[in-house]
Amino acid sequence: MASNGNGNGRTSLGERIAGVGTRIRGSEAWESIFRPGSPMRKGYGDTPRNRSYVIMNNVLYHLHPVKVKRHGVRLSYTLCLGGLSFFLFILLTITGIFLMFYYTPSATQAYPDIASLSTDVAFGQIVRNLHRWGAHLMVITVFLHMTRVFYHGAYKPPREFNWVVGVVLLLLTLLLSFTGYLLPWDQLALWAVTVGTNMGGYAPVFGDQVSFVLLGGLQVGAPTLLRFYVLHVLALPFLIVIFMAVHFWRVRKDGGISGPL
Amino acid sequence: MANVPEHLLRRSAEAKAKATGVPFDQVWAEMTGGAAPAAAAAPAATATATVTTTAPVTATAPVAAAAAPAIPEGVRTQRLLTVVKARAIQQVKKEPTDKVHVWPHLLAVEFVALLVVLALLIVFSIFQDAPLLELANPNAQPNPSKAPWYFLGLQELLSYFDPQIAGVLIPGLGLAGLAIVPFIDRNRSTRPSDRKFAIMMFTFFVVAAAILTIIGSFYRGKGFNFTFPWRDGIFFDL
Repeated sequence: MASNGNGNGRTSLGERIAGVGTRIRGSEAWESIFRPGSPMRKGYGDTPRNRSYVIMNNVLYHLHPVKVKRHGVRLSYTLCLGGLSFFLFILLTITGIFLMFYYTPSATQAYPDIASLSTDVAFGQIVRNLHRWGAHLMVITVFLHMTRVFYHGAYKPPREFNWVVGVVLLLLTLLLSFTGYLLPWDQLALWAVTVGTNMGGYAPVFGDQVSFVLLGGLQVGAPTLLRFYVLHVLALPFLIVIFMAVHFWRVRKDGGISGPL
Repeated sequence: MANVPEHLLRRSAEAKAKATGVPFDQVWAEMTGGAAPAAAAAPAATATATVTTTAPVTATAPVAAAAAPAIPEGVRTQRLLTVVKARAIQQVKKEPTDKVHVWPHLLAVEFVALLVVLALLIVFSIFQDAPLLELANPNAQPNPSKAPWYFLGLQELLSYFDPQIAGVLIPGLGLAGLAIVPFIDRNRSTRPSDRKFAIMMFTFFVVAAAILTIIGSFYRGKGFNFTFPWRDGIFFDL
């Protein structure tokens, strides 16, 4: 190891740490984790070849191609709305898992559990806030993403089917938000969901049946809470992940980002 | 020079002779370094034929011909064989486009956007708590009762139309209409100037939905009657 330049022949702590870092990054275990071209690898250089490998040898290759059209990188083209919707979904999943630890989907327990988040649980209140505001923001970003896609004419061939998938994703986002709305089991939740589900009851022919299946009864009650909880944390996320996978896959199969105009 | 096949060399010499007007034998001698044509009678015959055909050309450029080895000004020493369109041999499917590497150009933008939104969300969450009213009570309906904000446009419509229309027909048709937009709009152009009607229609529906949602959110008070938020307060929870 090189001397530290003070002439006393000893190595400084910083140099020793750097040496350990280099040795770890050169180890077999490290190289088994980070595939060739990863910036985490020893000796990564900023070359066109490595820039390609960063994506190609990475799980990100499912999402992004190695190269994209130059105009697609401009923030003003997409405003990152689709990506932000996906990011918000991930954030909501993480905060949602945290909230599930403290929540019981029963009419007697739900409200006290939510109320105790602000008193008994470390970071409980802010995680709940993040979950709620993030959910509202996701509805907005998904909607804005749709308007952006429309104004760019990005639903035109060959992207027609992906637009349809996107409409399904918008619907699933609204349903996720709506089912989550009931879970705090306060007056706001109960009556907002009552008003909302009353609309479903107006559906012709099967209106009453649809309403009954949705509510698990004739009005919003304890069975509704359990149903909405299962829909919110399991069924709808399962569906939306499948549709998102198809959506992202089709974005690439249909030729990447649309345009330029 | 040595590895050029003789028949090609000969063809080249013939062309050069034809272009410059110099006799074939002289050109051939220059090219091969003084060696006489190795081939037998048949190639020699074609060579002479070439010279005879180029005789009129020689007449037009007598000065250049006299100067022997030097290639005259403005005379090409190669000739055009044929023109082949690039598409025919390359079979290019699409025009090359201007592209950039996703790493670092796109990923950096995405990462910064993610951080900015996360930061704003955290700051907002620190200062603004999510609402939590009193325990749900099926026997005490609050006045007014409002749906979540994204359904308030529909709830607003409910006060104008029959529930069958406002609660089922309009959202159903709206969603179905949205889904089949690509199949209705047969115009292939994406330039805004080519699709004024589509943009106009979409903008109309978006603005209409926004106005209905805003009215339902802020301008409806007790009994879902009209109100002004600055006069009676806001009857709206997120």
